Amino acid sequence: MQVLTIRDALNQALREELLRDENVFIMGEEVAEYDGAYKVTRGLWKEFGDKRVIDSPITELGFAGLGVGAAMAGLRPVIEFMTWNFSILAADQIINHAAKMLYMSGGEFNVPIVFRGPNGSAYQVSSQHSQALEAMYANFPGLKVVMPSSAADAKGLLKSSIRDNNPVIFMEQETMYGMKGEVPDDEDFTIPLGVADVKREGTDCTIVARSFTVPQALQAAEKIKEEFDVSVEVIDPRTIKPLDIDTIITSVKKTNRVVIAEESHSFASVGAEISHQIMENAFDYLDAPVKRVSTAEAPNPYARNLELAALPSVDKIIAAVKEVCYL
Amino acid sequence: MAEKFLMPKLSPTMEEGQISRWLKNEGDSFEAGETLAEVDTDKATMEMTALSDGTLLKIIKAGGDTAALGEAIAITGKKGEDISALLEEVSANGSAKKEEVKEVQEPKAAAETPAKASASSPASAPVPVSAQPSAAPTSASGNGRLIVSPIAARMAADNGIDLRSIAGSGPNGRIIKRDIEEALAGGQNTLSEGQRTFTASTVVGASPFRDETASRMRQVIASRLAESIGPIPTFYLTVEIEMDGVLAVRKQINDNLGDDAKISVNDIIVKAAAMSLIKHPWVNASYQDKNVRFYEQADIGVAVAIDEGLITPVVRGANLKGIAEISAEVKDLAAKAKAKKLQPEEYTGATFSISNLGMMGIKEFTAIINPPEAAIIAVGGATQTPVVRNGEIVVRSIMHVTMSCDHRIVDGATGAKFLQTFKQMLETPAMMLV
Repeated sequence: MQVLTIRDALNQALREELLRDENVFIMGEEVAEYDGAYKVTRGLWKEFGDKRVIDSPITELGFAGLGVGAAMAGLRPVIEFMTWNFSILAADQIINHAAKMLYMSGGEFNVPIVFRGPNGSAYQVSSQHSQALEAMYANFPGLKVVMPSSAADAKGLLKSSIRDNNPVIFMEQETMYGMKGEVPDDEDFTIPLGVADVKREGTDCTIVARSFTVPQALQAAEKIKEEFDVSVEVIDPRTIKPLDIDTIITSVKKTNRVVIAEESHSFASVGAEISHQIMENAFDYLDAPVKRVSTAEAPNPYARNLELAALPSVDKIIAAVKEVCYL
Repeated sequence: MAEKFLMPKLSPTMEEGQISRWLKNEGDSFEAGETLAEVDTDKATMEMTALSDGTLLKIIKAGGDTAALGEAIAITGKKGEDISALLEEVSANGSAKKEEVKEVQEPKAAAETPAKASASSPASAPVPVSAQPSAAPTSASGNGRLIVSPIAARMAADNGIDLRSIAGSGPNGRIIKRDIEEALAGGQNTLSEGQRTFTASTVVGASPFRDETASRMRQVIASRLAESIGPIPTFYLTVEIEMDGVLAVRKQINDNLGDDAKISVNDIIVKAAAMSLIKHPWVNASYQDKNVRFYEQADIGVAVAIDEGLITPVVRGANLKGIAEISAEVKDLAAKAKAKKLQPEEYTGATFSISNLGMMGIKEFTAIINPPEAAIIAVGGATQTPVVRNGEIVVRSIMHVTMSCDHRIVDGATGAKFLQTFKQMLETPAMMLV
């Protein structure tokens, strides 16, 4: 099996889908000649040319709308936002058009579009560029929301997202682009949307983590095992919407304790939703209130020390696990 | 943390209470459920039991003193704690200071705290240090709720564990999965399938009813008896005893005694039981939390019916006393009981009890164990009965005795052997001299 960075796994997925289906094209700021701000589209413009890999002006609402129109006309656009922070400018196209077109056209128009880019914090990019926006998009019916945390997941899920007939919000994480992992060589390797992955099996506590917090949760689980001999299960839903709550509930019924680790702020977050669904479906199995580890309720700070203090961390996750396990 | 121990509300109409006496001295430590003091209320003399472990640091209201509801009567806490601030507060506020005290739902709490409730008294009122109607203080939050995690509640229900008997180890005393697992591992606090069905009630249609406030004594009887039959695995052994020998002996004795000193058959039964108990220590014992307490003398509780219910005054050391002495004592105690003048020490702490309904025409019945005693015998009337002796039908005075046994310490054979001795004593009264 090949070992790839998440960046290259995404690149591979894009390349394979460009090859597989001529209706697929990529559009966004600096995605073509510059190979992408984070080099996810490296080499694709050279290989596929101007018609398939298109540099857009700095007009998020414009090129997002262009993408929605193209999708309605039968193409399969992959729209890159340099970061999801900039998608806020395109929110009207995403929320009011992409998400609602199939419903409002009475089933006439599918919108098979992927919006992708890095979500959440990076290294000191300050308040406006460090936001984890999944809760906002997951709130709207009509959008699927995908957040991979490994190279294999990134590739398999992006391919499924491109092949999906609905708009997909595909959220990567800038600080994780260099993370390496094994990726199946098979060109048709895909991971279905809506299926969670048990990243580590355990019996005493469940950590539900996504994206940024998955590697942290795995480290925390390892340390807790060593220090307290407590066995932690780590579940990555991978797709936020549709959410594979069954896998989470099965785990909770086994472990009775839950920590949800997420990079977003806590209020009305995806973790709040998961916590609610656990309460609804597994209330009688809980031994402690569900605990969340989220980013501090403040605009993300620029200063490195403050940024680290605001973001979730291995230590914060360990502390939360100790709390729910009454250690 | 040291805190003020407030005069609890022990009856619905109580506004103040008089400390009858302290059972603990300053500096004494106590455990949850232990009686700290007796308080005379407008209704009755009540025992104040501790809700949690601690030490009696300072007595503010001594025996004889009266305190209003919610007034500080003592300070409790950990040994060696500095209580000067609390003392200052108490003296600064004077006796006028009352803190709100909710009424103690005494019978309910007692009924729900089976094995752990105070060992010796029919009137064990939990004391609301912070107005908690629970005798499992470590499991209850400040507002009196039992805090249980959902999975712990579910496990407890599945295993028939009384949550009030569990000390929660989570925050605010929350009972968590681990606590239930420990209880299960220890095999404690689990009731058998049969016992679990005990509290179920079957309602057939809707009947008209009227509610009358239960007397204090009725409430205590209710809670004590429910407390007994719930957690105590009871079984029953019945024996037939030929009483002709006892009747003859009684006649001989009474012929030589004055009218006011005449002994009853029951006095002889008390003596026989006491002597049998000394030969069978497992019956003269009490199942404690983790050990078995053996008593060295036979303190026999004799159930006495009075207007409002029943009470069991205790003949202390009945094994050491002569029948005439026992007889005099029983008469005295019964008279006091009927006049409601019994002191708590006169009706608590028996090691074994006897209930005799023979004089009321009952031939045979079962009695309910008075915890923490291990057994009680239910004595029926001796009736002229045709029996076969040496192949011939003869008439004998036959008395049925049924012993209720706490199976946690008294096994079938243990109980049977005790009854053999008891029967032998009564059928051959001379054995009591041996």
